[in-house]
Amino acid sequence: MPRVSFEHIVKRYGNVTVLDGLNLAVEDGDFLVLLGPSGCGKSTLLNLIAGLQDVTSGRIMIGERDVTELDPKDRGLSMVFQSYALYPTKTVEGNLRFGLSARKLPKAEVNKRVKWAADLLQLQPLMRRKPAALSGGQRQRVAIGRALVKHAEVLLFDEPLSNLDAKLRTEMRLEIKKLHDTLKPTIVYVTHDQIEAMTMATKIAVMNDGEIQQFGTPDDVYENPANLFVASFIGSPAMNLAAATLTVDGGQPLATFADGSAMSLTDAPFDNDVQPDREIMVGMRPEHFVMDATGSAAGHAAFELPVRMVERTGSDALISLDFAGEHLFVRAEPDRAVKIKSGDAVSVHYPIAKLNLFDVQTGQRL
Amino acid sequence: MTDAPVMYPRKPQRIKGRSIAIIVFLSMAALFFCIPLYVLVVTSFKEMEQIREGAIFSLPARWTWEAWSYAWFDACSGLTCEGLRQGFWNSVAILGPSLVASIALSMVTGYALALWKMKWAGTFLFVLFLCAFVPFQIIMYPLIRLTVSLGIYGSMTAIVFVHTALALPVLTLIFRNFYKDIPEDIIKAAVMDSGSFWRIFIEIILPMSGNILIVVLIMQITSIWNDYLIGVTFGGLGTKPMTVHLANMVTVSTGTVSYNVNMAAALLTAIPPLVIYFVLGKFFVQGIAAGAIKG
Repeated sequence: MPRVSFEHIVKRYGNVTVLDGLNLAVEDGDFLVLLGPSGCGKSTLLNLIAGLQDVTSGRIMIGERDVTELDPKDRGLSMVFQSYALYPTKTVEGNLRFGLSARKLPKAEVNKRVKWAADLLQLQPLMRRKPAALSGGQRQRVAIGRALVKHAEVLLFDEPLSNLDAKLRTEMRLEIKKLHDTLKPTIVYVTHDQIEAMTMATKIAVMNDGEIQQFGTPDDVYENPANLFVASFIGSPAMNLAAATLTVDGGQPLATFADGSAMSLTDAPFDNDVQPDREIMVGMRPEHFVMDATGSAAGHAAFELPVRMVERTGSDALISLDFAGEHLFVRAEPDRAVKIKSGDAVSVHYPIAKLNLFDVQTGQRL
Repeated sequence: MTDAPVMYPRKPQRIKGRSIAIIVFLSMAALFFCIPLYVLVVTSFKEMEQIREGAIFSLPARWTWEAWSYAWFDACSGLTCEGLRQGFWNSVAILGPSLVASIALSMVTGYALALWKMKWAGTFLFVLFLCAFVPFQIIMYPLIRLTVSLGIYGSMTAIVFVHTALALPVLTLIFRNFYKDIPEDIIKAAVMDSGSFWRIFIEIILPMSGNILIVVLIMQITSIWNDYLIGVTFGGLGTKPMTVHLANMVTVSTGTVSYNVNMAAALLTAIPPLVIYFVLGKFFVQGIAAGAIKG
């Protein structure tokens, strides 16, 4: 199971440049998720590895092989499509077998692999059926089976779960994760769903406008977003971003918000040297707030704010506070949230060490 | 993936003024075709004495197959008097190879144009599109010269060649447009699974082409069987299709005109495409409607 790397990939359609000098490497056995909004170039990137589209310039390596100019069938990959792309006139078994048609395999080996995939994905009872007679989840399992029988070194997934309903999606997510744990292939998985990315990936590449905004582990991307785009894209409910001005007062950094309130940033996680007098965004995750904190605690910023509304989302509740005219969302236990009415004032604490600070002008993390 | 069609019970509808108008119009349109056909059929079963009386709508006084058997076995076309038989078998011999050649070639070309990356595909399509609108009469003379220089002029091969060549532009466009609607992902998957042009065509594409094949089959059978101009232009002695034999029989300038034989001969010539319509008609309608729902 080799590493996959992209080197200086450029892709243009006519005058439109979709990817401009992109570099990215997936290590052997990694589960890489390409995550980004529609039109960010993630599917293009997947098609480029698969060989379904040609790069304008650059090099794609799989292991030690330069596959940039190879035909799709010779690249040693298999792919699962969003629409499943099962062959409608073939039975499930025929679909699995056709996946092996490019390889000149002995009949016994073909039978063995088809049986292996059928057992692994519980397709045995469906083998004689046509795709039209299968449910969405069954179709997706057949599509995955068709990809697996090839014993490809690299598996590609193109938004494979987005046509399924929420419950099936959760099940299939687990199944794919389990397959990765047992078979350990290198996986490149494209999605716009951050939950899929967070739950399955070992590495996430967040993309926007054809550029990789951040590449790292799910924890890293979530806790230390590299820029404003990643901060606002990852997380549901989204991170609170409050505009403030950064000043340095007697060597101590200080953020002043629009309503005049100030927050000491002495313990804040600055990656770079603090440069005063600039506009910043202070990012606070809704779940890091501490409810019902009174007085002041070391290393925490304290807020006392009026409640705008309370939302119950099921396992959680979300309280919207009025902070300098903007919403500030705080996650709360549902038992606690039922006692809060809009108009009440609540006091919350936020741990300074968990702040995310961004430069407004560059969008980059400070 | 086509899901099983859901049948909703139809709501009973009251007959409105508008639908009466439509029914009247449709009935008139149907009569427009049915009356001549009726005359054709009854005349072919009459004897000449009754025909000379001039009552064309009357039923035969005595029903007889004589005219039919004469038309099939004995009627004269030019100098030979062997009936329409020879023409029928000529037409069959022309139809078979023309169908296979024109459909096979245009299908594969359409598949390549729709689903594979090809240089100049757009230009090629545009040229095809233009060719589809060139009337046969304009290129008839060059085609005659071409077949002469190929040494096939006057043979069955020439007729088959011209039928095939003339059908290619339209058929290729039809197949290309049909294949263009096949979901892109299926082709991507097949390219990654197999990568073989012919294997994908035979195993994946051909089985999905049933509907459009029926449509094209009916179109081609009708147009090749009913063709007169190509047959009369490119066919030699003994290789002319049934329509040419029919025309020669009907336009005989000596003796009396045997209306009953002529009508029987015309019906005999028209029967094969009719049979095809009745057998394949159901699929034909499905095929035309299938554009949006296959895959």
